[in-house]
Parts: sequence; C-alpha cells; structure tokens
Amino acid sequence: MNVSRQWLEAFLRRRLDSTDVAWRLAMLGAPVDAIEPVGVDLSAFVVAVVLEVRQHPDADKLRVTLVDDGSGTISNVVCGAPNVKAGAKYPFARLGTVMPNGMKIERRTLRGEVSDGMLCSARELGLGEDHDGLLTLETDAAPGAPLTDVIDGGDERLIVDVTPNRADLLGHKGIARELAASLGVPYRLPDIAGEAALDLPTPARFGDEAPVGGIRLAIDDRDGCPRFLAGVIRGVRIGASPEWLQRRLAAVGVRAINNVVDATNYVMFELNQPMHAYDAATLRGSAIVVRAARGGERITTLDGIDRAIPPGTLVIADADRPIGVAGVMGGRATEVTNTTSDILLECAAFDPVRVRRARRALGLSTDASHRFERGTDRWGAVDAFRRCIRLIVTVAGGALDGPAVDCFPAPTHPPRIFLRPSRVAQVLGVDLSWSTIENQLVAIGATIVSKPDDGRIAVDVPGWRPDITSEIDLIEEVARLYGYDRLPTDLGAFRPGLREDDPAWGVMERIRLALAGHGLSEVVTLPMVAAAGAGAPKVLNPLSAEHRVLRDALLPSLVHQVEANWAMQTADVRLFEVGAVFNLAANDGVPTETLRAGFVVTGSRAPAHWTDGGTARAWDRWDALGLFRRLIDLAHPAATIQVEAGEWIARDAAGAMAGRCGSCLADAPPWASAVFGGEITVVFDGMPTPAFRPLPVYPAVTRDLALLVKVDQTSAVVTQLLTDRGARHGLESVSVIDEYRGKALAAGTRSIAVRLVFRSAERTLTDPEVEQAIARLRTSLERELDVTIRST
Amino acid sequence: MTTPSDPASLDVLRQRLAAVASLDAAALAAEEIAVLGRKQGELTHQLKALATLALDEKRARGAALNALKLEFEAAVVARRAELAHAASAAEARDIDLTMPGRQLWVGTRHPVTVVIDEIVAIFREIGFAVALGPEIENEERNFGALNFPPDHPALDMHDTLYLDPRGAEWPVGERLLLRTHTSPVQVRVMRAGPPPYRVVIPGLAYRNDPFDASHAPAFAQIEGLAVDEGVTFVDLKATLTHFARRFFRPDVKVRFRPSFFPFTEPSAEMDVSCAICGGIGCAACKGTGWMEILGGGMVHENVLRNCDVDPERYTGFAFGMGPARMAMLRYGLPDIRLLYGGDMRFLSQFGAAGR
Repeated sequence: MNVSRQWLEAFLRRRLDSTDVAWRLAMLGAPVDAIEPVGVDLSAFVVAVVLEVRQHPDADKLRVTLVDDGSGTISNVVCGAPNVKAGAKYPFARLGTVMPNGMKIERRTLRGEVSDGMLCSARELGLGEDHDGLLTLETDAAPGAPLTDVIDGGDERLIVDVTPNRADLLGHKGIARELAASLGVPYRLPDIAGEAALDLPTPARFGDEAPVGGIRLAIDDRDGCPRFLAGVIRGVRIGASPEWLQRRLAAVGVRAINNVVDATNYVMFELNQPMHAYDAATLRGSAIVVRAARGGERITTLDGIDRAIPPGTLVIADADRPIGVAGVMGGRATEVTNTTSDILLECAAFDPVRVRRARRALGLSTDASHRFERGTDRWGAVDAFRRCIRLIVTVAGGALDGPAVDCFPAPTHPPRIFLRPSRVAQVLGVDLSWSTIENQLVAIGATIVSKPDDGRIAVDVPGWRPDITSEIDLIEEVARLYGYDRLPTDLGAFRPGLREDDPAWGVMERIRLALAGHGLSEVVTLPMVAAAGAGAPKVLNPLSAEHRVLRDALLPSLVHQVEANWAMQTADVRLFEVGAVFNLAANDGVPTETLRAGFVVTGSRAPAHWTDGGTARAWDRWDALGLFRRLIDLAHPAATIQVEAGEWIARDAAGAMAGRCGSCLADAPPWASAVFGGEITVVFDGMPTPAFRPLPVYPAVTRDLALLVKVDQTSAVVTQLLTDRGARHGLESVSVIDEYRGKALAAGTRSIAVRLVFRSAERTLTDPEVEQAIARLRTSLERELDVTIRST
Repeated sequence: MTTPSDPASLDVLRQRLAAVASLDAAALAAEEIAVLGRKQGELTHQLKALATLALDEKRARGAALNALKLEFEAAVVARRAELAHAASAAEARDIDLTMPGRQLWVGTRHPVTVVIDEIVAIFREIGFAVALGPEIENEERNFGALNFPPDHPALDMHDTLYLDPRGAEWPVGERLLLRTHTSPVQVRVMRAGPPPYRVVIPGLAYRNDPFDASHAPAFAQIEGLAVDEGVTFVDLKATLTHFARRFFRPDVKVRFRPSFFPFTEPSAEMDVSCAICGGIGCAACKGTGWMEILGGGMVHENVLRNCDVDPERYTGFAFGMGPARMAMLRYGLPDIRLLYGGDMRFLSQFGAAGR
C-alpha cells in the first residue's frame, strides 16, 4: 500500500516525520518497506535574502536585484517577478542548479544585465500552479540554509507492507486511525478543497432491485453482491482534476485520468472502497444487473484486452452484456470518456472469494480486486459513496438525477463478540486492567456494549475490520495496541516435553560429522531436477524445466556438482549430502520419500606432499568402497554389500536394494581423474547398541599365506572358507593383504596373500598348534576350492 | 665397600646422586647398575645389610636409605630423558624442520547445517526436542489444519508446488504437495499424542519461487512449538529473546512487532539490532537498524482444535525462521545460490574452528 505522508497529515491535522511514522506503523504490525520522495527534489535549493532591488534600465518588466545566498559572494540576479522586495527571503537556485523542468541555471545576460542565479516561484519549484510571483519565505533561517529546512517541499511515499488480514490499512483513513491511536491524537476526514454545497440525503434503502435516475438496478446474485449503492449524476464536465487531487494520486503512484475517475480512485485510496463510474449513455436497456456470468460471455476490459469470462464469475451487466467484472475491472464499452456527460456511480460490496477466483481466472490483479479480496467495509460503504458523490460534483460539476439508491437485500450488522478479561490474561501472560483493555479496543474503533458482567464483555467490531471474528482476534488487538514491546521478557518455568528427538536426527548428525571428519564437504542440492528415473514423482506446476521432477537418487546431483567444480578448474572434489529422495510407491503410485546419504570423490586422496614429489595418489575404487562401508555402518548397519553387474550393491536385511557404490560417469575434462561415489538409504530404527566383548588376555599369532587362486575365484569365497573352517582352530581374523597377477604364475591363476591371526581365549598358542591349524586349512582349501598355498 | 653402619657411606651415596645429572649415556647405565642393581648395587647392598642392625638404628637408617633410593631412581630417569631429548634434538639439527608437514583434507559441514545445529542446541538447553516430518505433505496438513481458509489471500504468501497425480484423483485436501513450510510437522506432533509439546523442527520447505540471488525453490526452515497449560505470549517473547541473545550476542537488542500468520494469533515478528551497523541503519538493514529474523505467535485456537487439543485448557506458541538467511547474514553471503552448490572453494571456507 502506497501511503502519502501529506495525506496522513491532512487526516491528523499535524506535521509528521516519515521515519517516526514508519517506526509507529512497524510497531503496530504494518512495517514500512521504503520511504520515497515524491515529486520534486528541493535539496539543491537554498534560502536567499534580497538586499537591493532596482528597475532594469532596459526592460520594464525586469528588476535587477542583489542577492545574498550565504556563499559569501553577493550575486547580481535579474528577476521578472512583480512581488520581489528588498529584505525578503526567497528560494534561490545557484548557478549549476537543475530545475524540476530540467533547465540548468547558468550565467545569463539579459539586455546588458548579468544574472547569476534564479529566485524561484512555487511553480518553478514544482510545488504548485501559483505563478503570480516568487515564493516568499517567512523564516528566520540564515541565507544559504537548505530550502528543505524551511518549506515542506515534496511529499513522501511510504511503502507500507500490509498483511493480508488488514483490509482497513489499504486506505489512508485506516493508517491514520492507527497513527492517531499511537500518537494519542484525534483524526478526521480531510476537507475537500472548494467543496460544492450539495444537499445529499441518505440513499434510499431497497431490496435487490431499485430505480435510479431512470435506470433499473438489480442484484441477481445476492451471495456475490450483498450491497450495491448507485447514483446517476447528470451534466458532469469531464476534464483534468484540480492540482491537489492530481498530486494526491501521484503521491500514491496512481496516474491521473480525468476528474471523475480520479475522484473514485481518491476515495478508494482514502476509505478502501473501490468505486466505478459508468458512462450512463452507453448502458443498453437502461439496466444494470449484478449476476453470474453465463457461458460464452466476453468483455473488453478497461486495459483494452478482450477476455472470455469464466461462467459463474460475478459480473456487472446492462440489459445485453457484461460491462464489468465485479470487483476487478470495468469494461471499455461503458468507460467515462471526454464526451461523457452523465455517469452512473457504483459503490458495492462483493464476496471476497468470488473476486479472488475471478482475479485468478483472468490473471488480472487490480487495486480494486486487491481490496475486495481482503474485504471492504460494507457498512461504511454509504459514507464512502456520499463522499465520492460530493467529490465528483465538486471537481466535475453535475447533479444527482433523483435520489441515490442503496440495495441491501439482507441487511446485517458487524459482529458482536464476547471477550473474557481472564482469557486475555491466559493467552498474553499479563494481567491488564479492564480500562487498559477497553482503551485498546476503543482505539481500533470497537464499541464496548457492556461492562464486565459474568466475566465477559460484549464488543461490537467496526465494519472495517472483517478480520475480527472471534475473541482471540480481540485479544490480539489488545496486545497489538498495548504494545508488544511493553511485555516482559523473563523466561519463566516450563515443563520439558516428554518426546525424544526424532531418531533420524541423531543418525543424520552422526553421518555429517563422520564424513566431514573423513575430509568430505557437505553440500545441499535442490531436490527438484531436470531429469530422473521413470519412478520419480513429477511436479505438477514446475517453475522451469530445470526443476520439473523430484530426484530419485543423490548421486546424479553430486556428480553434477563435480562437473561444476571441474568447470572452475577444481580437480579435487569430495562431497556428501544427506537428504530425501523421492519415488512413486510400487503398489499405488503415490509419491513417497526416503532419506538418503551419498558421497562422491575425485582427484587427490590427500593434499600433495613434497615427500611424494608433489603428486598425490588419486582416489580409487577401493577408497570409495571403504567410505561406502563406513557410511553403511553409520546409516544402515544391517545392509550387506554384494557385487552385482560390476558394481557394489547394498541390500537391506530383506534383500531389497538399499544403495550402490562404484565409479561414476561424468562429463570430464582430460585432466580430471576418475569419479567414485556411493549412496545408501538411511535407517534410524533399531540402531544396535554396541555389545561389550572381553579384551583378549593371551597374545595372538600371525601368519601370512600366499594362495594360488583361479582368476574366476573371488577372494570373498576364499576368505569365507578360511573364516568358517578356522574358527575352531582359534582363527580370529582373516584379511587380504596382497594380490599378484603375472607371468610367474600359471595361466588362469593369480595369487592372493592373506594374513591370518590366531588366538586362544584360554592360553598362549604354541607354534605347533598354529602349524597344525594351517595344515588343516590347507587341506580344506585344496579339497573344497582347489586353492593351493604357494608359500607361508 | 662401606659397612652398613658407616654414616659416611650415606654421604658418598649422596655425592654420587649429585653426579648423576652430568653423566653421559654409558656412564649413566653403569652407575644405575652400580648403585641400584639388584645383585651388586651399592644401595641394594646396604638395604640388605640393615637386617644386621639393632632395631632403633635399623629404623632410622632404613628410612634414610629408602628415601635416597627413590631420589636416585628419579635422578636416573630424569637424566635419561634429558639425554634422549638432547639426542633427538641433535638428530633434528640435520633436518629442515621448516619443510611442510603432510596435510589432511579438512571436511566441512554445510554452513546452513552449522546454523541449524546451533539453533537446535540453544533450544535443547531449554527443554525442546527435535521433531521431523516428511517433505511431501497433503493440503490438509499444510494448509487446512493450520487455519488457512480456502481461497484466502494468505495463500498468496505460499506459492505451492503440487505433485503430479499422474491421472489419479486426489480429493481436495488430500492433494499432495511439497510442504511450503515445516509447520505441518506441528500438526503431526500434536495429533500423535496429548500435550505438553516442546519441539523444534528443522527441515526443507518448498515454494514455487524463481531461483535467484535471494530466493530458492527449496530452503531450510526451523520451527518451534511449545504447548502446555499456562503457556503465554510472554513466554514466547521471553523464549525468543533468550534465543536471540544466545545466538547473536548477549547484548543484542530485540524488537517484537505485530504480524499476521493464519496459524498463530496473536502473531509477531522479531527483529534484532543490525549486526552490521549496530542499529544506526545501513544497506543490509534497509536503513532501519533492524534485521527481521523470525516470525511466531500463539498457536491459533483453530489449529489446536484441528489437532484435537482443547484450546481452553492448553495454550502454546510456535515460531519459525530461515537458517539460510541467518547463515547469509552471519557469513556475509551475497547470493543464496552459493548455498545450493558444491563449489569446493566455497564449502572449504567453513572447515576452520569457530562457527
């Protein structure tokens, strides 16, 4: 909402400081986003005193003056104004000043007299139309003082951030009401300059049909239009609005159109009541009807666009066709033009939901629709209507043709709400006295109908506050007007909740800390991506094709981030992410989500060091497998890793796929090293509690064996056999420590070295015992796997 | 060898003790055997000889000998350490110790994660636990239960991303969307059991916003909920003021302003004094001296009712804030998109100590 400071000043009858207004409005819930100067910038002008005036020797209408502008130099200035007087002070434009009309003040010579500057009129400063003479300054300010210290030059526009509940703040009167409460001063409507004397009786009440100025008015859709006021004014003279009216509209950022339209806009910005004027001569069939649009109806709106009206949309129509979309925009066919002489003025209340739907369907948001959506004051509409008629007659002439009418088929009153002071204390936590509560309610315009009685008060809500519908709304108003800043801030006692942390939180935190500890950096990527697997849910209304589907895996996004790093010449990339991935459920196709953790690494495994000649070993698949194993321990301890189709696949206890790890395809520059990554579904139920195992008492015996294995035999099979068969001989662990393939071996074979650790829980093992165990294992290997021991 | 009763033998031993500090490695080893050795050591010998003495004498001399033995042992250990240190220093003289050490990659948590963890930690101190919920929600929990009337302008603040039903018919209210705030988790918490509730809810939220310097279509939010008998608006103000002092600095100034959210009433926004200009007004705070950091209020009666909590018996507050914005303020980030990229040059800046 654009608010004019001068307009508010007219309501409050006092000068206001915009910064102070901004603070007060912020503390009342309507923060000011910006304060902008409106109209001319007077900062370049100064106060000057005229020391001497003499007649120009060669020009009757010119005078030559000596001017002191505080600069230390007395200037010779030629002036054409008849009212210039020695000893008086005037606004002065020094050499180099750019005037509001764009003219730059330079030294000139007028008929032989040099002029170094310009004494200014109000019009030359852009302050008004008065060009009778110089703007005389009644001030004690010294010459050279900035002009802005002395006169209230331009207006200021406050951009007020009005929350959707506060319809009343979309008019200056509402803002003035809040400020008046904050300042503790009265407010009332500004006077209309040169207001026409007009005998204006209260519009006559009707049901859903009324005659007005020879035109039949009918409300066919009461739900959509609970109230409709209309009047016909004949004999208006369309033209430009007076300067004060244009200036008000300019200050709130509205273009002046003509005196009638400007008057309706003025009242809308003053009282939050949109109005519309139709050229009465263009109404077909001398009728105006509020009804739901029929199928196939169209309208060319004021902006010149021909629009199809969705059936059911609330429209204003004449006997033949829609002439306006109710609450949104009028039609071009019936608009007020330069040749209009008779108008029908509409002032109505419309259902906010109907206006909102129409606005969305037509994609047409207007000052009117913005207000109707938030709710106008249907009870205050009469006052707004009367003010608009007065304003039109004042600025455009004309006279009402017969009485104005007020169709209010089902008259209602603003709600009455009961407020319990005890509830105020229960919600706010402070005991406010009854008079304090009453003061705040009166400040917003509510009427206290009864004093506290059986613990409650009846309050009549003002019509301009459609947001206040229940007791809690009143309690908020009490707190708001009382001032949030006056409430204490001491932390009181509380009962801690009985809920534990969501188990996923601890798991996510452990993963993050662990992977960061391993040298990886956490990244957050957007969950919506350009492409994903067939089972990925699609966004119905994506903003762009880049974000049209939800990711079903983390690795593609992580690899994408690797590529982005490569584009920045960064070769060493280590990233991880913990986040949701999305899928359509297998059974019913409903989108579901799963928490995942994934990582990707490329480049050097560690920063290069001089002991290695400055080249570091690159990450390889075995590093990735190690990280994957670590991640699984953290995120999904029950999962097992299996080799499937050339990559490592993690499967959960039920055998379902839970993750994968391996090398990743990427769009790599030639200097980049291979990319490896992995991701795993995070589970957070049934995380095992570590079970204590007694520490070994007796020493271990270690033996390394080189085994000759066929190339198609896996190390996993060999180590599994050793583990199974060695258990009863005290074999504590088996680890693969080397692999050799080469010409020294028979074709089709390779060598795997394993390290066996034997230990007994009861005694120190002897060498013969260990040798005997190895002999048994050798037998098992040869018999069961055809694997031989090359050496020990 | 002195006799056990010879007082002079103690003096000799004391002199040898004093000399330990200047022995070289070989002499130290020899002296240790000569004095403390289990078979021929002088002190060992004298201690054994105590047995031959009268009780009085035995007691006095035994104490002296034992004390001396401890001192001697300590002196040998100290001298040995000294010699070892000198030896390694000598070795080190031949090495250029200014050569760089072998470095480790330093991993980092995301700056927004760091901020979230800090926020969670502060609220944990005052009795809050962490609650989480899914990012796919239905309209009812995201809007309806939270007192958003259908066709209300308040919905304009939440440009919603809906999920494609792929031909299926989702009834109104059951339509699936990406949650526009973490608040539906409030509904889930309240519907899971009776009060008291005291939870903080971190998570991602989604809006159909363009991806530009100050907007992202998915962003972190953290939300709080406290409902019990006797929880008041003053408690909200006190809790959030405490939070601001702990998160920013103890002398931070806070300002509570009325605001509007459909799911709270009374509603408030909290500003803190601008850390950049100290409250004078600067570009970062749009000249106001204040930075808006969170919104909150008393849980709306309708929300409590929608979650089967009796609003006459229980009252509570809720609040929410954007950790990404707080991270941008803290670290001076110019563009929110930095937080959604994996640029190592950016991420690696957050691995140092501090916060």
